[in-house]
Amino acid sequence: MAEQGLRKSTTGYLLLLPGLLWLVLFFVIPFYSLVAASLYDPAGSDFRGYQMTYHWQNYTDALRDYGKPEGWNHPFWLILAAVIGVAVTVGLLLRARRGTSQTHSVGSYVGYGFVGALVGMAVLYPIFKALFVGGAPMVLSPLLRSLLYGALATAFCLLLGYVLAYAIAFKSGRWKTLMLVLVIAPFFTSFLVRTLSWKLLLGDDSVITHVFQALHLIGSNGQLLYTPFAVIAGLTYNFLPFMVLPLFASLDKIDYRLIEASRDLYANPIVGFFKVTWPLSLPGVISGTLLTFIPAVGDYINAELLGSTNTRMIGSVIQSLFTDANDYPAASALSVMLMVLIVGMVLVYVRRAGTEELL
Amino acid sequence: MRWIRERMVLILGLLVLLYTFVPIFVVVLMSFNKLPSEQSKIYKFSSFTLDNWLHPCADPSMCSALGKSLAIGGLATLVATVLGTLMAFALVRHRFAGRSAMNLTIFMPMASPEIVMGSSLLALFVAGGFAGQLGFWTILIAHIMFCLSFVVVTVRARLAGMDDTLEQAAMDLYATPSQTFWKVTFPLVFPGILGAALLSFSLSFDDFIITNLNAGQTTTFPMYVWGVARKTVPMQINVIGTLMLIVSVTIVLIGEFNNRRRAAAR
Repeated sequence: MAEQGLRKSTTGYLLLLPGLLWLVLFFVIPFYSLVAASLYDPAGSDFRGYQMTYHWQNYTDALRDYGKPEGWNHPFWLILAAVIGVAVTVGLLLRARRGTSQTHSVGSYVGYGFVGALVGMAVLYPIFKALFVGGAPMVLSPLLRSLLYGALATAFCLLLGYVLAYAIAFKSGRWKTLMLVLVIAPFFTSFLVRTLSWKLLLGDDSVITHVFQALHLIGSNGQLLYTPFAVIAGLTYNFLPFMVLPLFASLDKIDYRLIEASRDLYANPIVGFFKVTWPLSLPGVISGTLLTFIPAVGDYINAELLGSTNTRMIGSVIQSLFTDANDYPAASALSVMLMVLIVGMVLVYVRRAGTEELL
Repeated sequence: MRWIRERMVLILGLLVLLYTFVPIFVVVLMSFNKLPSEQSKIYKFSSFTLDNWLHPCADPSMCSALGKSLAIGGLATLVATVLGTLMAFALVRHRFAGRSAMNLTIFMPMASPEIVMGSSLLALFVAGGFAGQLGFWTILIAHIMFCLSFVVVTVRARLAGMDDTLEQAAMDLYATPSQTFWKVTFPLVFPGILGAALLSFSLSFDDFIITNLNAGQTTTFPMYVWGVARKTVPMQINVIGTLMLIVSVTIVLIGEFNNRRRAAAR
């Protein structure tokens, strides 16, 4: 933003002061108390009070209890595959961003496609199996499970959200405002009430379950409700607008003539999309991904209402450690770790895009 | 075929939109559902009734939870909208030191998982010796905190998209700064402020995770739904869900209608 024309006066500070004070008092300072609480002596309790002992072991204990999967050997390669998959995706995204000024040979697309397909199969097949097949549930810790579910829900949101945002931005004509209102409208109904209705939609004798049974995606008396599939579907549904709105904001700014120009220059629609539209929409993709992934990882409403004890997420663990077990140090340690992870992601984004683009 | 191919993206987009509405249809449908028995744990449609609409407060504890949610939502919206609008004006219209730190402070509450914000506040309240006083006021403090950033962002977007030629014209015509503000600037920004208020109310009304951690013995509407979700779900919660949808969509449509009328009048 151009700052030259702006007034520099005490009024600015006065306008900021009350709101800033509120944020500092009830957002910044609480985080310090959280960090402090994570270093308390774990032997303390509500009655005896807590002692500050700089007990760093709270962190390793929490990681051992809720971060490490039971039996490392099995999911280890899966995690490895997931990490590689994420790395390749990020690489591709960055590549696509620079791609506007570079020429890609057909060979490089084939190469990307091949690597993508391999990684996709390696990551998706076991996930798919674990999600649908009624056999032994995947043994994952709440922390890894939250990250995995959050990532999958974000990926589905990106896929669905991009189609919707693209349609609104370029194809909706005079119905643009109406469609935007419709995107937000469902979310004026209570979150929990909406999530409960998925219980009916995915119930044992619902249409969706019968279709899945008919397609042999699940056994003939297989369930959808209380499986990871239900949880991820719920997360995808609940956080979709957080993806659609930033994507729309980004896509709406694109000059459609650029896309037409790519057609005129004989780019087929797919190449044109990946070389023009996608790179230009990257700011929206990144902020949408952040705004979807972060709440999805921390959410436990979907996991508790639509899942089972095998789908417990980290938010649920933190919540019950605080309110049921009164184990403040362990709960705070988990909370701080989650926050550090997220601040890390935000900082990577800020380094690339600057802070003005955040708001 | 050609017709379909040209509208492929739009059709797919409408299908995604339909998907977001499927659960809403269920909510409306279930608001007319009659439970087969008092203790039914199965969540499905059995037979049609108007009872839920005629007796929304069949369970008084639901209505008292609803009342608390409305009160907290209203107060949180009022405070957050006022403070947030002031901040948005400062950000767009004034220069000050520490701009990036400011942007980051406003952004972080939107980018933090609710469970982290909720547990931080709880840690603060407990450390400050307020563990026994958790309730209405602690919930209100938390709600104002997380609504604030969304208000700033919404109002800021409206302000940033407004050019100041009208304001300059008012000044040229010898309007005092306060006349300019109330007669020109404020009416132009007002739709943004209204949108921000609507957004904060729905955020506050909907919040479960932060509220649940800082509520003590107080029960809000989402907490009530959470509590009954494992037992018998009274169908009246769907009546409330439907009503909320109707009210908010009506407000949005009135705003939109006013905009169009004003645009047509110009």
